[in-house]
Amino acid sequence: MASATLETVSAKTSSVGKEHLLTARQMAQFVTDGYLLLDAFIPQELNEKVYADQAAGKGRWHESDSIHEVFELPQVKGILQSLLGEKPIYDHSALHVVGPQQHTGQIWHADSIIDARPFAFDVQTMYFSHDVPKETGPTLILPGSHLRLVSNLSIARYKNIVVQKQLIGKAGSIAFLHHGLWHCAQPNFTDKTRYMFKLRLRPGQEQRGLFNTDGYDDPEVRRIVGGFPHNNWQGDQARAENIQRAKLWRYVCGDDSVDTSFEGVLTRMHI
Amino acid sequence: MPELRQQILILHLAHPDLDAATIAWALYDGAKPEGELQMQTGDEDTPPYKSVLAAMRDGWFVMQLPTMPTFHRGEEHETGHLPYEYVLERRVPIHG
Repeated sequence: MASATLETVSAKTSSVGKEHLLTARQMAQFVTDGYLLLDAFIPQELNEKVYADQAAGKGRWHESDSIHEVFELPQVKGILQSLLGEKPIYDHSALHVVGPQQHTGQIWHADSIIDARPFAFDVQTMYFSHDVPKETGPTLILPGSHLRLVSNLSIARYKNIVVQKQLIGKAGSIAFLHHGLWHCAQPNFTDKTRYMFKLRLRPGQEQRGLFNTDGYDDPEVRRIVGGFPHNNWQGDQARAENIQRAKLWRYVCGDDSVDTSFEGVLTRMHI
Repeated sequence: MPELRQQILILHLAHPDLDAATIAWALYDGAKPEGELQMQTGDEDTPPYKSVLAAMRDGWFVMQLPTMPTFHRGEEHETGHLPYEYVLERRVPIHG
């Protein structure tokens, strides 16, 4: 039986080929939105094995070999390697359950505690072994909220935010979230239990140049990072968010001269 | 006279103009009995009012205007909570 030690996770997330790494466009999307959602990404055969473990009450990291298999898939390891390096460190995991006909939603929150690192980030994977249509309570996220300094439950007064997004998907959907992304579980209006397996990993190295950096300063990529896709909820603060994003882009690209900031602020102000 | 209870509507705007677009909203209804569902996270896609001004026109009274943000050198581009938060109330008969 697999154990939840730091060594186990590190050993099983060794280097993969470049073809499995995130492209510059995908990485730009992660830096901009704070997450990547891959629908039906995990093979159905494995989803069914994981679901069987979950339904049998043994779906946690230390209980299920099948859940380990998910994170040993080259396509999953490639994404984790792109975000965290070759030796991600196990932080914690949980099997989040929303029972049948549970009609209250979780309050908005950001996990853990205010992060003191200026650029480095943990990744929270959220994996659904079964279909998660709206009525089953897919996790709700706020795209573009990941760079805001809030303290765990300090956003709990909020209820609805324009362009909030549920992680709706087919079985095998998996999302990779920046640790700062605002999120909450949603009500379940069905008679089936909703399971979401979460695994939080820390970087084992500086997160510079880990993805497939080909074309990281191409116009198309610059448009993603340097745009204002979340203007509709960030309002007056959209420009400040753009500057923070440009700084994070420099960090993950490993290039402190690339500048996607609004009006070239980073260059103009020698930031 | 019916017994009245307070409803609190919190609207967050895109910028401090009271006619700016609503970007987030929450309703806390003191006229509902305990155990009845209040507004839940993610249960609405459209704001109840397009702005604070629109809510005022519909009979909501503004209780609190947000203090303007203070910016500090070295942290000019930091963001956190939604800054332009307006608290409104109306008093309605007990229902539910």
